[in-house]
Amino acid sequence: MAVASTKSVVMNNVEAVRQTLHEALKNDERTLILGEDVGARGNVFLITKGFIDEFGPERIIDTPLAEASIVGVAIGMAMEGLRPIAEIQFADFIYPAFNQIVGEAAKTRYRSNGDYTCPLVIRTPYGGGVRGALSHSVSVEALFYHVPGLKIVAPSFPADMKGLLNAAIDDPDPVLFLEHKKTYRLVKGEVPSGHYTIPIGKADVKHPGDQLTVVSYGLYVHQAIDAAQRLGTEGMSVEVIDLRSIRPMDRTTILASVRKTRKLLIIHEDNKFGGVGAEISAMVAEEAFFDLDAPIRRLCGPDVPAMGYAATLEEEFMISTDRMADSMRELIRF
Amino acid sequence: MAKAILTPPLEQHGLSDDRLRWMLRNMLLQRMLDNRGFQLNRQGKIPFATGSEGHEGIHAGAALAFERGKDVLVPYYRDMGLCLGIGLEPLEVLLSMFARGAETGGGRQFPSHFTSRRLGIMSISSIIAAHCPHAVGAAYAMKLRGDGGRAVLCSFGDGATSEGEWHESINFAAVHALPIVFLCENNEWAISTPRARQMVVKDIIEKAAGYGIPGIKVDGSDPIAVYGVLKDVLDRARSGGGPTLVEATCYRFLSHTTDDDDRTYRTREEIERHRNLDPIPRFERILIEHGVITSADASQLKKDVLAEVNTVTDKAEALPFPLPSELYRNVYEGTHEPWL
Repeated sequence: MAVASTKSVVMNNVEAVRQTLHEALKNDERTLILGEDVGARGNVFLITKGFIDEFGPERIIDTPLAEASIVGVAIGMAMEGLRPIAEIQFADFIYPAFNQIVGEAAKTRYRSNGDYTCPLVIRTPYGGGVRGALSHSVSVEALFYHVPGLKIVAPSFPADMKGLLNAAIDDPDPVLFLEHKKTYRLVKGEVPSGHYTIPIGKADVKHPGDQLTVVSYGLYVHQAIDAAQRLGTEGMSVEVIDLRSIRPMDRTTILASVRKTRKLLIIHEDNKFGGVGAEISAMVAEEAFFDLDAPIRRLCGPDVPAMGYAATLEEEFMISTDRMADSMRELIRF
Repeated sequence: MAKAILTPPLEQHGLSDDRLRWMLRNMLLQRMLDNRGFQLNRQGKIPFATGSEGHEGIHAGAALAFERGKDVLVPYYRDMGLCLGIGLEPLEVLLSMFARGAETGGGRQFPSHFTSRRLGIMSISSIIAAHCPHAVGAAYAMKLRGDGGRAVLCSFGDGATSEGEWHESINFAAVHALPIVFLCENNEWAISTPRARQMVVKDIIEKAAGYGIPGIKVDGSDPIAVYGVLKDVLDRARSGGGPTLVEATCYRFLSHTTDDDDRTYRTREEIERHRNLDPIPRFERILIEHGVITSADASQLKKDVLAEVNTVTDKAEALPFPLPSELYRNVYEGTHEPWL
């Protein structure tokens, strides 16, 4: 992490995203924000509150309610020299923009052999645990991480939010920036002052240990750390890796940890089949099979279309810290 | 039909004889390059070609209204003549047909999917109407920066007007009064589906009313009329007057691509009936009637254009394919470490 200042301030994830966007708008007149209700409403989570007064409706654009064109127009802006930051109000609404993200943004540089590029950030809140029902709770990373040409980032700590959002805005290629909405106000942390970036594609060991590697991202990183701390009091040592970037993925950090602990548990909210964990476990099986002392385990969302609105259905979908701790104990004792 | 072109007279459109001759040349060049693509395909030399025979009048007129070095073109794959008209070299067309490494896109895309930042031709995919929001974004950038005197020309076929992204794009451009012209090249066919199965409205410009922007219909077989309309609406866009939808009518004389067989869905008689709309013989006749060229000039021009097409065909064919290692370049900026 290239930190310009040693000063730091405690803030939550909403504030970290908000301050980073504000700085970008202030420092680079090519940047602008476009999305649904980002202007007068200041975004449904109040991330862009007041921006329209400071930067004007030309740079804080309340778009028509049409996701394909939010991304598509942003692509055109990027190709013509601006640095757009598009917002999809909820990740669940991103499907109409799938063609623009996968078919267009991810292939602009490639199909033109570098003649045109697409420096674009698409921010969107994802994830459950907030009674968001079928259409305000989904995880979408697995639908996009298959696609070369895209970068996908999913930070879960305020300092990482800032460093990775700065990196995404600076990046010359399209970045899908996923913000777990339950962490928005739940998670607080120290955020260094001044401008800094965290390289996209680097994971971070958030809790060191030597008996088991846990790879996670998003909300579940926080629960995994809690569980690891609990196991610490029981004399067990768990290393928790916060993936932070889903594509490109930091195989070096994962493999180094697995070779040390010889056991791997992957935890994510998205469902198991074809999820990010499938790729991680395949990679580890290919690269470090003989270093493993136990089968790779995945603790993931259930194989159902979405979490229900009813509290019982949502709770059944989400993975509790207790379940995480149980899985960790089981694997350490294997 | 020819009579309509005679009124008003040629000179009222402000086109010099040189420009009129240039238009005819551009139309002939496109036609011969088009035919060359199909020939090369039938000879087994290239796997695929797409043609725009019948669109030449639209392309010559629109290209002349486009301001090189200022405007941006976001075309579709049936716009070879338009791209040639704003400066694309015939050799680049052949490089794209042969998928040679020297092509700007490195031989990655189908023929007629040009990219040229140099000329202001934005890279497109084959996905219908997916480029329309990009054109709107480029127009937004121009307006935000206060780039006076610039506009975006976004072209597409009649089938594109069925796509959601097309409607979203027109609406976005209208809301922000952007400097953009949407040019629909209505050739009556979306591969095998006729216009009547795509829409109920008789004229595509009726769709403009839903977005509160003007729509103008023009005979796309008449390059002078197309030029007149496009010049007006591009000037309007360049001076802050907002977007316009232009419908230029034409007919697609060839199958959709070399992989299509139009005998499965339309009669030979229908095609023959439309031959009287063929823009090239019509325009040639008018230029001769007005004394802009002689019949001998026309014959010589055809010989010259064919010779040029032959030369660039040989030149492009002699160049190599991209190296296999090129597959891995330009995924991202810098070195891409593939997940192997």
